[in-house]
Amino acid sequence: MFYREAGQFKTSYKADQAMFPIFQDKIFVAIWLFIGFVVVPMLANEYMFRAIFIPVIIMALAAIGLNLLVGYCGQVSLGSGAFMAVGAYAAYNFMIRVPELNPLICFLLGGLSATAVGVIFGIPSLRIKGFYLAVATLALQFFTDWTFSRIDWFTNYTPSGSIAVRPVEMLGVVFDSPMKKYFLCLVFLVIFTIIGTNIVRGRIGRAWMATRDMDVAAEIIGIRPVFAKLSAFAVSSFFIGVAGALWAFVHLGSWEPLAFDINLSFSILFMVIIGGLGSIVGGMLGAAFITLLPLFLNQLPVWLGINISTAMISHLEFMIFGALIIFFLAVEPLGLARIWQITKEKLRLWPFPH
Amino acid sequence: MNDTDRKLGPTILQVEGISLAFGGVKALTNISFEVKEHEILAIIGPNGAGKSSMLNVINGVYHPNAGSITYKGNVRQQMKPHEAASQGIARTFQNIALFKGMSVLDNIMTGRTLKMNAGFLAQCLYIGSARNEEIEHRKKVEEIIDFLQIQSIRKTPVGRLPYGLQKRVELGRALAAEPELLLLDEPMAGMNIEEKEDMSRFILDVNDEFGTTIVLIEHDMGVVMDLSDRIVVLDYGKKIGDGTPTEIRNNKEVIDAYLGVSD
Ligand SMILES: Nc1ncnc2c1ncn2[C@@H]1O[C@H](COP(=O)(O)OP(=O)(O)O)[C@@H](O)[C@H]1O
Ligand SMILES: [Mg+2]
Repeated sequence: MFYREAGQFKTSYKADQAMFPIFQDKIFVAIWLFIGFVVVPMLANEYMFRAIFIPVIIMALAAIGLNLLVGYCGQVSLGSGAFMAVGAYAAYNFMIRVPELNPLICFLLGGLSATAVGVIFGIPSLRIKGFYLAVATLALQFFTDWTFSRIDWFTNYTPSGSIAVRPVEMLGVVFDSPMKKYFLCLVFLVIFTIIGTNIVRGRIGRAWMATRDMDVAAEIIGIRPVFAKLSAFAVSSFFIGVAGALWAFVHLGSWEPLAFDINLSFSILFMVIIGGLGSIVGGMLGAAFITLLPLFLNQLPVWLGINISTAMISHLEFMIFGALIIFFLAVEPLGLARIWQITKEKLRLWPFPH
Repeated sequence: MNDTDRKLGPTILQVEGISLAFGGVKALTNISFEVKEHEILAIIGPNGAGKSSMLNVINGVYHPNAGSITYKGNVRQQMKPHEAASQGIARTFQNIALFKGMSVLDNIMTGRTLKMNAGFLAQCLYIGSARNEEIEHRKKVEEIIDFLQIQSIRKTPVGRLPYGLQKRVELGRALAAEPELLLLDEPMAGMNIEEKEDMSRFILDVNDEFGTTIVLIEHDMGVVMDLSDRIVVLDYGKKIGDGTPTEIRNNKEVIDAYLGVSD
């Protein structure tokens, strides 16, 4: 009963087109922002920031980015790790080679570098689809792995090939404590979520979805496939590239040559599938789920007082992911986001089920 | 129908000597006809006659092996579908080609893509031109929704709609582009009598109110005779008839090939 739009008649299209047309949705968002900006910082300890909140937030950003491409535009990509790597290494190189640049600018330039790579590697999508496109993006993944581990210039000739950075300073604040880092990431996530939401509900988003659903019909309406697909690659790569820079500079602080390998690409794809294809909220839910599940599984034996080897736990993790992915692909392609939506619809009717 | 007082304009589309083959299959052989502004032209013929292929040639999905198309005075042989769209040609498909995952509203909004031009940054932030544009086009789309009487389903994903309504939404999406030339590929296939009547009325209204030129493919001869100003008959990729409904009804070759000898 408390989640419904009864009595809220939209008297103008402007009102109907607002980001959250239902009043209760505004409340939901306000509650989430309150939790994010007030409750979590009050309750969380350093470990929770480092192990849970910061990685979940950055991965949510990456998953939203990938979802723009896969979920909204229907172009499969296994190259998210590569785009994160490009974002991270580009930001690093801008920072050390042009020291006057503000790190914020460097992060955005990292994102733009990922955009450039994304557009180039998006070109095959004009010819190939589905599985074959996934393989083409996989090639990008191996290409960047090779580039950043073999070409020493990118790592500034550090002997081990790994990179360590100092805490970033932006707008006069040094982001050195976990809580400050958390706030930084959260602000990034909020801004990018707003941008992502705006894009997908407007002309570009419709062009992406039209291309996804029926490309011939989209073209007949006047949507150029080149524009739709490459713009999806561009925007998606930008999101993922910025997430990569945050991951490297804010979460990791120092990283090895293969920190952005194929496993990362798979994780982000799983987040999108489990969270919900074609849903911004889905990216967040998926990121939270995939990041938290291993932590949860590690704790479970402790709570239950039984003894399971760590090897067993990681096997278990893979099996659960596998089962869930099959479930979501086969039964609920709209993922956790759909389950969330159904819950809201039920709430809307509660306590009268019909 | 066929009101004599209705003014036909000059030729808007001229098809000349179009031939199209898929491997060994000759889908179209040396087809010529013309369409006048404000006209409703029906293309009829048995299955596989090449009707859909003809529409595909007109809006650039297929590229003919020979012949030319003159549209609004410009001759062209090859054209991409989105170029045809930007010149005011819209269409619907024989097998509904809606965007299944999107709502009715979004499907029809998509039809207005070419009329929207807010910049990328404005769209990211949903400010200024992006916001105004979205609201202004929404108004236009609501007019179409009212016109087609599909108000109650505007937020429904089209994949969940029954067949007849999907056809209507697809017409709406084509109308959203405010086309000068509207190509309808079997808009009434699989509909019951009532739905056909509704659809016929929409087609006539579009033609009347907006002056849209319409080329449509239809099998129901009753509907064709009622709606169209002129009829082109195809059979095995060849044109075997071209004239007013009355002329076609009395055309010996057409009767033999298509309408059936017993009349
Ligand atoms: N894309 C295509 N590839 C191969 N053959 C095609 C294609 N489109 C149409 N054809 C063939 O062209 C002929 C005409 O088809 P079509 O234009 O769909 O006929 P109609 O719409 O009159 O039923 C048929 O023999 C069909 O098999
Ligand atoms: Mg056909």
